[in-house]
Amino acid sequence: MMKRFVLLLVCLSALPLQARTVETMLDNGMKIIIREDNRAPVVVSQLWYRIGSTYEYDGITGASHILEHMMFKGTETLKPGEFSEIIAANGGSDNAFTSRDYTTYFQRIAKDRLEIGLKLEADRMRNVVFQPGEFAKELAVVKEERRLRVDTNPKRQLFEQFYATAFLTSPVRIPVIGWMEDLKSMQMEDIQDWYRQWYSPNNATLVIVGDVVAEDAIALATRYFANIKPSEIEPPKRRSEIEQKGQRRLTLYGQTSNPYLIMGYKAPVLNGSADKVKDVYALAVLSGILDGGSSARISMKMLRGDEIAVEAGTSYDPFDRLAGLFLFAGTPNKDISPERLEQAFKDEITDLQKNPVSAQELQRVKAQVIASRVFDQDSMFNQGMQIGMLDSVGHDWRLIDSYVDNIKNISAEDIQRVAQTYFPDDQLTVAILLPESGDDQ
Amino acid sequence: MNFWRSLILLVGSGLLWSQALALEIKTWTTENGAKVMFVESHDLPMVDIRFTYKAGSARDGEQPGISRLVSALLVEGTGDLDAKQVALQFESVGAQLGHDSLRDMAWTSLRSLSDPAMLDQVVDLYARVNALPSFPPDAIERDRKSLLVSLANRKNQISNVVNDAFFAQVYAGHAYQIGQQGTEAGLKSITREDLLDFHRRYYVAANATLAMVGDLSEQQARDYAEQLTRHLQTGEAAPALAPAPQPDKAQIVRVPFKTTQSHIVQGKPVLSRIDPDYFPLYVGNHILGGSGFSSRLMQEIRENRGLSYSVYSFFVPMESNGPFEMALQTRNDQVDEAAGLLQQMLEEFIDKGPTAEELEHAKKNITGSFPLKIDSNKKIVDYLAVIGFYDLPLKYLDNFNERVMAVTREDIKDAFARRVDPLRMIRVIVGEQQTS
Repeated sequence: MMKRFVLLLVCLSALPLQARTVETMLDNGMKIIIREDNRAPVVVSQLWYRIGSTYEYDGITGASHILEHMMFKGTETLKPGEFSEIIAANGGSDNAFTSRDYTTYFQRIAKDRLEIGLKLEADRMRNVVFQPGEFAKELAVVKEERRLRVDTNPKRQLFEQFYATAFLTSPVRIPVIGWMEDLKSMQMEDIQDWYRQWYSPNNATLVIVGDVVAEDAIALATRYFANIKPSEIEPPKRRSEIEQKGQRRLTLYGQTSNPYLIMGYKAPVLNGSADKVKDVYALAVLSGILDGGSSARISMKMLRGDEIAVEAGTSYDPFDRLAGLFLFAGTPNKDISPERLEQAFKDEITDLQKNPVSAQELQRVKAQVIASRVFDQDSMFNQGMQIGMLDSVGHDWRLIDSYVDNIKNISAEDIQRVAQTYFPDDQLTVAILLPESGDDQ
Repeated sequence: MNFWRSLILLVGSGLLWSQALALEIKTWTTENGAKVMFVESHDLPMVDIRFTYKAGSARDGEQPGISRLVSALLVEGTGDLDAKQVALQFESVGAQLGHDSLRDMAWTSLRSLSDPAMLDQVVDLYARVNALPSFPPDAIERDRKSLLVSLANRKNQISNVVNDAFFAQVYAGHAYQIGQQGTEAGLKSITREDLLDFHRRYYVAANATLAMVGDLSEQQARDYAEQLTRHLQTGEAAPALAPAPQPDKAQIVRVPFKTTQSHIVQGKPVLSRIDPDYFPLYVGNHILGGSGFSSRLMQEIRENRGLSYSVYSFFVPMESNGPFEMALQTRNDQVDEAAGLLQQMLEEFIDKGPTAEELEHAKKNITGSFPLKIDSNKKIVDYLAVIGFYDLPLKYLDNFNERVMAVTREDIKDAFARRVDPLRMIRVIVGEQQTS
């Protein structure tokens, strides 16, 4: 998580230098984007719905994710589990994931089997059958999933509490898996309604990457999706975050022997910040200056050097749908307090505010972005992810094309300017995890 | 957002091969005796390089943790260069340097653009990182401290607690007993001289495999392979590991842990990398608990009963006999029901074997998904490293599907009956006991 900047650079810099990418839209409003990549006789097919936890509201948190689970529970013509069985019998694998801004279903399969996945995916866009028995079991599974990922993991709990503290009115505060209290009271009808409301061709984008001819793949997709009627999608009410009035802090005690610190400053994203485009890219480079590898400042000064932390990093995602945070987080070294780690992060910010970064550091970040652009093309799945993520949050996927140039244009002065703009104390939220008493024997 | 990463991990290990695509693996030995495995691929202007050494925690001896500490220190300096200078030289051309260690192997990796203007800047340094680490005293102390901090927190992480308890019991007295995390006493006992000795013994050409994939001609690969290995001493290969003894009776180990959800793992030592029963066990396990949603365990325990989010079984083929494991996590009050089911389903599988339909389905899935196993340079270099490290036949991948197709129901039943005795298994349960 805390290496997200590096991952993002990797994610978003991957313009296949010569890959052919074709985009079209069906009459019913479903977008189709095909990237030809013929390195292996396989194909990755991803169907992206523009729905996730930032569309949810109090009482039904976790609905998007439960719905994702229910999508495997059968349709008018398929038994529960049969979707995955058919894909498996054809040598493919399939799964799905839910995030804040999108829910995605995917198959990886030999290229001559692409049609099978498309047919099944078109079927469950509208024909899922909700059965009370299946729903009850799946809800139990989701609760076990929450116990596994969050309730038995103090760091994850800290992140949940942290987001719910940093954001009061923006749905960014909602955990993707949902609050346990909401899971307990979730009704099958809630999920059915959610399905009817959001699953339609005009709220979806199909992304295919692999050894296909774009026109043929589009023809196949058209055969199965074109006859699905669009529905009226009413965008959720705008729920912007109110202006933060002063610093917020929370402390959580958990089953750990290592304290943990999270600091977050309110930060813009590309979406809805036409006037701040340069700031957003500058923040991305700033994150790389601090945490873009073993020669970056955090590694050299805080992990080595002063040995303040055993692990530490920054995270900033310029491509979320809603405004988010610039994060610092880490585990303090033995005998170092979380407050001391917090001060060390702040010292790094002060340094960036006072002094321009060196030409060598800037060159290093840019070289990493350029190389990652090539490395990323090694994975078809990641190429699909880049296209689908950008598209799903409202960007043109071609933003990948300009990403490297935008990064290249950032100067030392830009970084100094955003360092001075975006890290005031009154925009800060701090969360600290401490060992429960007696836990650290 | 973090969310999907973990979910994607579910997408299992499909393993397959279509006749249309065959990997042309070139192999040779460098002048000083390192084995090289190379696949030429010019689609992307990049190169993946990986060194593997028989230098995992199975070689820790009396100092558990030393293999991990050596691995961590490789990037802390070589010759006159300190850690920052080393890192900067890689990162300023966008190259990515990696290193880690497991029970069997330690490895380092380099991913770089193939343009000689970039690659030539890092090849010799990468060779030095492997062969000539300087082990600076301050870095030793820092990394030691950092490993001790993570070690201390393992007892709070339930998945680590269950895993550590399982290995401690199943591999008591064997080289696999303690993992790469080591022990507090072990880590504290290590001197700089010990680190140098360990490195001199195991990071040598005769104990190394060099895997390379990417945008190089064979001649270029041969030249680079010599450069990459030239600082390594020839040395000797590590001796073979002894097989782990089998448990003589069933045993249940309970570890109390404050939690809302218990973790259960059960199993025993079974499979080495070169093993005549490999394919029947692999295909059989695919049906039992190795194929995600279509496996028996997932169908019954998750889909039919909603007892666990994740339930699976697997064989870990290792140099010595790696474990067979079955695992799930469930609410504390469901532990007995879930553990009973695991045992019952295993016994039933061994007793009756898979159905003809299940076997056919598994074969279709395994063989049909073969191309997905090698659809990127990253996956190919992973395979080369494994094939080289474990001395698997070069035709391992080419023959994979054929071997899978040859497996019969009787083979599976027979292999499971001989190798996976369900009445002599170790079961570890970590959680809050609520048993009546």
